[in-house]
Amino acid sequence: MRVMAQVAMVMNLDKCIGCHTCSVTCKQTWTNRTGVEYAWFNNVETKPGVGYPRRYEDQEHWKGGWMLDRRGRLVLRSGGRLKRLASLFSNPDLPAIEDYYEPVTYDYDNLVTASAGHDVPVARPRSVLTGKPTSITWGANWEDGLGGASETAGGDPNLSGGLAEKVRFEFEQTFMFHLPRLCEHCLNPACVSACPSGAMYKRVEDGIVLVDQDRCRGWRMCVTACPYKKVYINHATGKAEKCTFCFPRIEAGQPTVCSETCVGRLRYLGLVLYDADRVGEAAATPDEKDLLEAQRDVFLDPADPDVRAAARESGIPEDWIDAARRSPVRALISEYKVALPLHPEYRTLPMVWYVPPLSPVLDAVGEAGGNAEDPDHVFAAVTRLRIPLDYLANLFAAGDTDVVAGVLMKLTALRSYMRQRTLGEQGDDAALKAVGLTPTQAEDMHRLLAIAKYADRYVIPAAHKEDAAALSAMENRCPVESSGDPGEPAVERKIMLGIPTLRRRSTAGDDLAGGAA
Amino acid sequence: MSASSTPLTAVNGTDLLLWVAIPYTCLAVFAVGHVWRYRKDQFGWTSRTSQLLEHRWLRWGSPLFHLGAFAVIGGHVVGLAVPASWTRAVGISEHAYHTAAVALGSVAGVAMVVGLGMLCARRLLAPRIRTRTSHSDKLLFPLLSATVLLGIAATVVHNIAGGGYDYRSTVSVWFRGLFALQPQPEAITGAPLLFQLHALTACLLFAAWPFTRLVHVWSAPIGYLRRPYLVYRRTAATTTYGSHPGSAQHKPAAPKVTR
Repeated sequence: MRVMAQVAMVMNLDKCIGCHTCSVTCKQTWTNRTGVEYAWFNNVETKPGVGYPRRYEDQEHWKGGWMLDRRGRLVLRSGGRLKRLASLFSNPDLPAIEDYYEPVTYDYDNLVTASAGHDVPVARPRSVLTGKPTSITWGANWEDGLGGASETAGGDPNLSGGLAEKVRFEFEQTFMFHLPRLCEHCLNPACVSACPSGAMYKRVEDGIVLVDQDRCRGWRMCVTACPYKKVYINHATGKAEKCTFCFPRIEAGQPTVCSETCVGRLRYLGLVLYDADRVGEAAATPDEKDLLEAQRDVFLDPADPDVRAAARESGIPEDWIDAARRSPVRALISEYKVALPLHPEYRTLPMVWYVPPLSPVLDAVGEAGGNAEDPDHVFAAVTRLRIPLDYLANLFAAGDTDVVAGVLMKLTALRSYMRQRTLGEQGDDAALKAVGLTPTQAEDMHRLLAIAKYADRYVIPAAHKEDAAALSAMENRCPVESSGDPGEPAVERKIMLGIPTLRRRSTAGDDLAGGAA
Repeated sequence: MSASSTPLTAVNGTDLLLWVAIPYTCLAVFAVGHVWRYRKDQFGWTSRTSQLLEHRWLRWGSPLFHLGAFAVIGGHVVGLAVPASWTRAVGISEHAYHTAAVALGSVAGVAMVVGLGMLCARRLLAPRIRTRTSHSDKLLFPLLSATVLLGIAATVVHNIAGGGYDYRSTVSVWFRGLFALQPQPEAITGAPLLFQLHALTACLLFAAWPFTRLVHVWSAPIGYLRRPYLVYRRTAATTTYGSHPGSAQHKPAAPKVTR
């Protein structure tokens, strides 16, 4: 047993209102620079919807993640090592900027400098890439709130079989929810495995997956390999960039920016202990539908004395082991089993998990004339209403509807029981029994899901003082010193031949015509 | 430099400058420039991929150029570094050598020229690429194109259309002399102008090399073929390779520490 600690996240999707505050604060912190205008380390997409980049979940096309070959061995879907090196010159499976969207700015200047006239001056959109006027035809969440989804959402790769047609034609009765996404900081990261230069790595201490900006040579294989398309090319520096899980904050014991600023308070952060020796085995589980259970099996129980001893032996500090015990993420994943991984079938063992939304089912119950307050109606709906259930199963359980139905019933039973309790009634625990919960568990779960305070939602042990030397060494190595802010003195950025002193600064933005912000 | 060989005094100052001073200066810049940039600018050391912004031209242009370039470089190594006496010794006649060189060289050369043409075209014609073209690119692309075109022109004019020029007894001798530290500028002074210009632009290309995206050549990721898939690092920056069924099928556990 080789115990490793992982900082992981769970999001409670029923609480997401799609306000994009996480995306915006993340962008302000990490990607408000030239070269990554189009990149959202954290984005929120409307589901059903094609996602960002377009149809990224279609791995037949984009070749992300892992698969089992004919002999049952775990291989990257984008091909073996030789094939990867052979496609260095032109990567056939790399999304183009059109698959994300063309980033724009606006002619704000025109609003104040336009000469007096009969027409109100307007700020027209201008491509950040070319500096030329452009029309906006796509974005990172183009179908926000299902807008235009009747035209585009049929392209959602999760709408398999007849689902697409049903969603399209029963548009008024359909469902929607928001899906915030960031790097999954996988236990079995495909991006790391595909990096020809060995620039990508998983940190031993906290499992955060990072790109070493000094070692990245811009071979762009990580972008293809990541099935979530959460590694981006900075087109100004020619290097890969990705979500850092806000490691400087995590090291200080603070939550990530997206979690800190989440309006719905739907994010949970905490440690998960896992057995690194069993990661490969779990990822190679033959049946896709067993991957969820296989990944749960890789996680270790920090209450178990053997695990604690092994963790100490692996060099995990005592306060980290304690933090793992108090981890809300561990509780939601392993104890209450209401959190599910996004697309376990990609076999990367992702570490950002989701409590699936009950609202699509409740909406459907309401549409069908049932009582969304009555657990029996909801239970019946969960087993009968295929559209939301199949869809959620395709997202969170490799198509296994039983898993999703189990979680939704648990949430339903919890709601019904706690409603009765809150109204001063005794509480009928028949529904709880049906989903395998005790009243105490229900109270605990309710506390965690509904009323958990800051300190309960984010249980992050600070990095250790004995590592401080190494950490302060990192301080000078921050990959994003340049804000790309046009207010910065341009002189510093203009250098003959455009290289050496450009360390940490991007070149290309200089050549842009004015407006690009 | 070499004081031993007498021929140096037998050529005039211009030739000395062109065929001894400039090549050595360029090589010195090449060597020192690489050391300096590698130590100072790891962050800028990249292939500067632009596939994200334009992929239709690149799809064909880049592989054609790169594969053509590999063959062309291989041809130059054989043509410049291997003396004619060696190939004769293994029984390859001068005629056979040149026929093969022209045939293979033409295919490689055409691939490289077409590829480079497409890469230049996208750089000029695709607005997204054009605006993202750095100063070093503005130096590199013309210099590389000039070198390639002069080389092709020399071959076409003298070895395909013309009667055949034996550069191995002139240009190659000069080239090897540089590295043997016994410069023989007189060997190349009689060569046709196209060969001379090709040699000079090549020298400049080598001088510019460390300051352009060409440095990515030295980062060709051959080591990837043998590396275990998963890479772990401590924040103290030691790299640990993890076990993985995809890479180390029969030896789980026991992480190896390198570097």
